[in-house]
Amino acid sequence: MSLPFLVFFVCAGIAVLGALLLILAKEPIHSALALVLVMISLAVLYLLLGAEFIAAVQIIVYAGAIMVLFVFVIMLLNAGSEERTDWSKMAKYAGLPLGIFLLLELGHWMFHSAIGKEIANGSVAASSSVSTVEMSKMLFNQYVFPFEATSVLILIAILGALVLAKRDDQ
Amino acid sequence: MSVVPISYYLVLSAILFGLGVIAFVFKRNIITIFMAIELMLNAVNLAFVAFARAHNQLDGLVFVFFVIVVAAAEAAVGLAIVITVYQNRQTLNIERIDTLKF
Repeated sequence: MSLPFLVFFVCAGIAVLGALLLILAKEPIHSALALVLVMISLAVLYLLLGAEFIAAVQIIVYAGAIMVLFVFVIMLLNAGSEERTDWSKMAKYAGLPLGIFLLLELGHWMFHSAIGKEIANGSVAASSSVSTVEMSKMLFNQYVFPFEATSVLILIAILGALVLAKRDDQ
Repeated sequence: MSVVPISYYLVLSAILFGLGVIAFVFKRNIITIFMAIELMLNAVNLAFVAFARAHNQLDGLVFVFFVIVVAAAEAAVGLAIVITVYQNRQTLNIERIDTLKF
């Protein structure tokens, strides 16, 4: 087994393990740490795919900023272990079978469409890395309006968070 | 040097998305449900990057960038809502936040 396959399977295993831990953990802080594990292994997979910039952003923004925000809120609200409750009738008789069906369908079609494409093209992922220069040229030419719109979005998010979280003293 | 086929990444993405949906449905803590949403966004990002490599187009990577930005904004506003809900209800269990339940 060659090195890329080894890296892929180790990281994929860690990612799936982290996602399972997120589901099985009782304490929210354990779920948060499991999610950090998933994000870091996904960043390694982005490196394997040659997307260096996305891997760096994944570490800095997701595993850094967003998860610190989550851990901070868990600490602030002193969130303990969650209490178990019974499932509703809808979840038991409609939700669960439909959910399992969706998962099977999703896996089936993703696998088959990807396999079909590879046979048609006769190619797999290129191993060369994506040029960050090319990506930023595209970001500031073709996608410059969405890029500027996201800055407005972040401004609105900051204002929204401030308005929502402020304490009503008066 | 052989490379990993795209279908492997897509299957991993589907598995992670499915686990995110399961966590979203099964968890009872509102913060953990937010984490499940982040997990699903990560799974979709992986599919985006994999398809961008398969087609050798950079548009997918730009979209991943935008998804990450929107996820950051969503986490900020969402966690502010969680704090407000906790101040009003003194609970994080979604079973007890059921005013809109029918």
